[in-house]
Amino acid sequence: MAHIELKNITKKFGGHTALTSLNLEIADGEFFVLLGETGAGKTTTLRLIAGLEKPTEGQVFIDGVDVADWGAAERDVALVLQQYSLYPRYTVRENLEFPLKPKIRRLPDAEIKDRVARAARTLRIEHLLDRKTDRLSGGEMQRVSIGRAIVRKPRVFLMDEPLSALDAKLREALRTELKNLQMQLGATFLFVTHDQIEAMSMGDKVGVLNHGRIVQTGTPQEIYNNPRDTYVASFVGSPPMNLIDGKLVDNRAVMAPMNFELPLSGAGNAADGRPLVFGIRPEDVYLESGAPVEAHVHDVENHGVEKILTLRVGDTMLRATVPARTDVEIEQPVRFAWNPDKVVLFDKGSGVSLRHAS
Amino acid sequence: MASVALTHLDPASRAAARGWSDLTIRNLFIIPTLVFLIIFNIFPLIYSLGYSFTNFAANRSEPWQFVGLQNYRELLSDDHIWSNFIITAKYVIVSVAGQMIVGFGLALLLNRSFPMKGLITTLLLLPMMMSAAVVGLFWQLLYSPSWGPINYVFGLGDFAWLSNPDSALYAVAITDIWMWSPFVMLLSLAGLSAVPQHLYEAAAIDRAGWWYTFTRITLPLVSPILLIALIFRTMEAFKTFDIAYTMTTQPTAELIAIRLYKQAFQQWDTGKSCALAYIVLIMVLAITNLYVKYLNKVKER
Repeated sequence: MAHIELKNITKKFGGHTALTSLNLEIADGEFFVLLGETGAGKTTTLRLIAGLEKPTEGQVFIDGVDVADWGAAERDVALVLQQYSLYPRYTVRENLEFPLKPKIRRLPDAEIKDRVARAARTLRIEHLLDRKTDRLSGGEMQRVSIGRAIVRKPRVFLMDEPLSALDAKLREALRTELKNLQMQLGATFLFVTHDQIEAMSMGDKVGVLNHGRIVQTGTPQEIYNNPRDTYVASFVGSPPMNLIDGKLVDNRAVMAPMNFELPLSGAGNAADGRPLVFGIRPEDVYLESGAPVEAHVHDVENHGVEKILTLRVGDTMLRATVPARTDVEIEQPVRFAWNPDKVVLFDKGSGVSLRHAS
Repeated sequence: MASVALTHLDPASRAAARGWSDLTIRNLFIIPTLVFLIIFNIFPLIYSLGYSFTNFAANRSEPWQFVGLQNYRELLSDDHIWSNFIITAKYVIVSVAGQMIVGFGLALLLNRSFPMKGLITTLLLLPMMMSAAVVGLFWQLLYSPSWGPINYVFGLGDFAWLSNPDSALYAVAITDIWMWSPFVMLLSLAGLSAVPQHLYEAAAIDRAGWWYTFTRITLPLVSPILLIALIFRTMEAFKTFDIAYTMTTQPTAELIAIRLYKQAFQQWDTGKSCALAYIVLIMVLAITNLYVKYLNKVKER
């Protein structure tokens, strides 16, 4: 268990800059999720903490100690990778024993047995212990590689997209299991993913990474309700937040290109007349017969519990999540409104939310 | 069975236009090789098996007689031949062990990135590309007691490597190690670079030391290819002729292949040397078979 801090980390690979003055703090016992697209620098961040890469600039602290000169072995972290990295030719048991058997810190046999048994029980792989690793399914392999991490009781668990090679059902199941495991162990977890659903459902805290920079850190709720900029707004949430260009005139949002207006309260007058982007989550857009704006239904996606409608106003598309019983057809004219309390305003030029800018 | 594996001929191809089937094409490729193999390998093999039961001598025109197993009986009870086999065994063990150690060691050193890696690897491969007879002659000069660089460098005075009965065989083995370690190195490098990097990273994370990682991950993963190198080198070392023949005339370094040569082309005892060749062949086959069995076991694990 440990507290981790990255200070001003820059990492370059030749001419390519993977991370730019990155600052990150992970509290002891926290489940921290690093969320970002492929190539955003998530894996690099993990490898820097694990000691598999050295930062070009900046420092890594584990429990307040600068670990710049420590190798991976001394940092005492566990790393679970997407490609499992099980040792071939060995059985599951031998894989689990591997980290416990190096001569320098070899544990007594009884202790090894006990730890392997406990890890196997936790991950429900007891029946696989004597099987060769190449005879396992993807889910089983990933459990074994998590098992190899937990037998050692490391200070930090680093997980590099451990679930993304699995099929959807298994992914959901392991998601819950991992979260439970973390609570049970009380360990610090750093979990890297490109899947915003994983991030929202598992993380105590989420850090959004874009092009080697941390854009926003916060609880999943903060990230969801109060995105720092349009990138976070469009990356987090499925379907993503609607982003519409417009202006604020007399407490009314005036959408610039095709002139529709919606009421907006509490934005103050500071932003009057300035080019803005209005952000609204699809669930905060609702259909109502007397609502102020007319639109056409462009597309309907039925998700069972709800329907996601794509509405068309002029050339602008926007999504609305409505109850499944709502009866609409494609090209049907409807009227919609939004929940004015939930609107997030972004500066048109910088993309930064006005709430975060001040 | 074989026809199942054949791909179908593209109907637009020229071969199809000539009315050839894919079977015709297969035969066109295979038949010349088969004919060549039969004329130059299989036929002499069987023919020499026949000779091995006769007292035929290639330099005489007298009629020869069928002598049954007499050649084999004489050879197998000849102490001289057995001492040749023992010399050969010593030579095979020393030179193959040396090649495996040096070759694999070099491969471990080369299996990382450093400046001019490609150039250095190529230079290290050069010995293997030379003609064995030339290598033998050069090493004879290197070993020269009075002015050879080896004695000079190691300060051995006028130690006569190649005419000292105790050292001649090992001097030849050292030359063979120099010449063929690169071969083991090349195969080992291929094996080492096929070990996925992420396994080493996982082992580092698991806090395994260098030796632990080497014995638990590297060795098991490269052992099949090391065994293949071992098979090749053992077979080759067993039939070494050229290097040894050009380097020394010491009876203590008379390998079985040299003995065979003398019997066939100096004593012109053709029938008997065919029998000896068959004894050698059977031995090599037996050893190779053991290796291959073991290799299959290693691969299954």
